[in-house]
Amino acid sequence: MSLSEFFHMGGYAFYVWTSYALTAAILVANVVVPLQRRRKLVDDLRRRLRARRNA
Amino acid sequence: MWTWLHKLGSPPRFYRWTGRLIPWFGAATVLLMAAGLYGGLVLAPPDYQQGDSYRIIFIHVPAAWMSLFVYMVMAGAAAVGLIWRIKTSEIVASACAPLGASFTFLALATGSLWGKPMWGTWWAWDPRLVSELILLFLYFGFMALQGAFEDRRTGARAAAVLALVGVVNIPIIHYSVEWWNSLHQGPTVTKFDKPSIHLSMLIPLLLMALAFKAYFVSVVLMRARTEVLDRERGNSWVREALGEQ
Repeated sequence: MSLSEFFHMGGYAFYVWTSYALTAAILVANVVVPLQRRRKLVDDLRRRLRARRNA
Repeated sequence: MWTWLHKLGSPPRFYRWTGRLIPWFGAATVLLMAAGLYGGLVLAPPDYQQGDSYRIIFIHVPAAWMSLFVYMVMAGAAAVGLIWRIKTSEIVASACAPLGASFTFLALATGSLWGKPMWGTWWAWDPRLVSELILLFLYFGFMALQGAFEDRRTGARAAAVLALVGVVNIPIIHYSVEWWNSLHQGPTVTKFDKPSIHLSMLIPLLLMALAFKAYFVSVVLMRARTEVLDRERGNSWVREALGEQ
């Protein structure tokens, strides 16, 4: 099987690759959003703890 | 078992344990998904009726299974939170909801993208499709209800009741293709006799299903862990966990 055949998906390229791209996007977003939220929270908590200690 | 569960319910322990577990589940997700994608997109032959369009099965079916599985986990955790007032359990339930909604949406969207070339339509008012759509609204309802109260724990209780009532939808989705005359095909894998799917397609399908499961565990724990940290922010263990004295 050649690479172009692989991407062509027997004529169903649009349906197959849209499905896979959509899935990839949603799975990645579900990892990135919690990671960002965690980083923000940890930074915020650290800042508060330091502020309280220095007060 | 019960004492173990109770210990795990204590926030600092939950935080520590999940911190150890997440990397393993994350690594398992990557490996299983790589193997499943290779098997499904490269090694498996085209279907004799559907050509290459059937390859959507490797994400559609695992996503649909997960949409039901996550709901059961969510309802189970919500019930434990409701009955024994275990906060960690409420947190796990709330961490499940966006993931469950994501899997349900993916099952519907990839189903639509598969339905168009095979059935000739993006959508049909079919029992299987409609009950899955109701599942999506149950997840949305759960999330909305949780946030609708001033007090987070009141919201968690109200949402838990909705989640438990919504459990009736789960067998309806599962059996919809048998109870009603559905456009959707019947089960090919979970039949008691031999599954009517060739091994070269079944193996990548199961690998993808396991990958989705490992993915769910790692992300749900990640979300729950952050939430535990947030709600326990005043406690001394949080200071220690963050490396601040």
